[in-house]
Amino acid sequence: MLAKRIIPCLDIKDGRTVKGTNFISLKDAGDPVELARIYSEQGADELVFLDITATSDKRKTLLVSLVEKIAREINIPFTVGGGISRTEDVKDLLRAGADKVSINSAAVQRPELIGELAGKFGKQCIVLAIDANLMDGRWKVFTHGGREESRYELFEWAKEGEKLGAGEILFTAMTRDGTKDGFELVANKKLSEIVRIPVIASGGAGKAEHFSEVFTRAGVDAALAASVFHYGEIKIKDLKLKLKQDGISVRI
Amino acid sequence: MNISIIDYGAGNVKSVQFALERLGYKGELTSDANEILQADKVIFPGVGEASTAMEALRLYGLDSLIPSLKQPVLGICLGMQLMCTRSEEGDAGCLDIFPTESLEFPDNLKVPHVGWNTLTHLKSPLFKQIEPMAYAYFVHSFYVPVTKYTVAQTYYGLPFSAALIKDNFYACQFHPEKSSETGEQILKNFLAL
Repeated sequence: MLAKRIIPCLDIKDGRTVKGTNFISLKDAGDPVELARIYSEQGADELVFLDITATSDKRKTLLVSLVEKIAREINIPFTVGGGISRTEDVKDLLRAGADKVSINSAAVQRPELIGELAGKFGKQCIVLAIDANLMDGRWKVFTHGGREESRYELFEWAKEGEKLGAGEILFTAMTRDGTKDGFELVANKKLSEIVRIPVIASGGAGKAEHFSEVFTRAGVDAALAASVFHYGEIKIKDLKLKLKQDGISVRI
Repeated sequence: MNISIIDYGAGNVKSVQFALERLGYKGELTSDANEILQADKVIFPGVGEASTAMEALRLYGLDSLIPSLKQPVLGICLGMQLMCTRSEEGDAGCLDIFPTESLEFPDNLKVPHVGWNTLTHLKSPLFKQIEPMAYAYFVHSFYVPVTKYTVAQTYYGLPFSAALIKDNFYACQFHPEKSSETGEQILKNFLAL
């Protein structure tokens, strides 16, 4: 049976992880490669690396050499995102060893990008990342790290992304991000129902129960979190045992 | 040991090379026919779309070379699907090593099938020391049905071939290079053949 996935997300700036951690065993808390290895050993199913400055600085992503180091070190799949807008960049990242790339602002600006990338590299490696905020009862899509409002509404954009060739949707509920109040259940449920590609829920993870409810009540395929893992508030091994107890299929 | 990793421009070949490196082996990325012919082991990876990948193989002259190989060959993911007779993806004629085909998953399932799923019905030295129900990492939109060449099965809406073997040709639908310890053991088993 296909397992639900637990995905730690690492924010990268200039080749270093941005958020601090309290992993005592870490020699260098800012070293993404070492963090990646530790998550992989703890039972993470996948990793996401996000270059958080890439889009706003409009500079080419510096991730390629880091991607190669990560691919050398870990034996689970990983996704790379942040500022990706050109076919050439995707080619470099995939060749360096990334399994998937996530695209966000560039796809909103030029939706055809999704189809171009899917056509060239296969839809399975194209993750459409969507940041959306609930405003006046509508989930408005934002770009550039949540700073710019776009013309799209979440569900319409997800459907269009799927049609254009996205292989997965990574939905970050901006209303939840950083709150630790739990994942957005209503929008994630609707999203999972209207698209035929896997949905990764992001934003709001604070405790193990939150993961359990987003899988059972919203029906998502994967859940992503950053700080609860980085600060060791949730240990991936414990989380998976708890999910298993709750009857959720996980890889242990 | 000489290991050739066939590089025909289809995606994530370095991951396979790195996985071998972690096991202490060196794999050469190559599209050179002579190099491939002389290798002790050949790995045939692939991600992407079937008809495009077949075009690339023809361009490199690898479409006739691969079926003629005599040493152990391991196809991975799209590599496995290309080793079948045809694929529904882009209605592609493929290498015809395994007399079966790649089909599209039914409409009621989420596609691609992405993530960790269990291996069952294991029967091959390829799965030495692998427990039934071990998890492997999959990412694919088409599947190969269970045939007499199937040596591992996985269930996603229906049972399908997680691995195939015929003579010196081995193939897995999952990515051993991304499947943690399970994948490492399977790669070791292949290299030990």
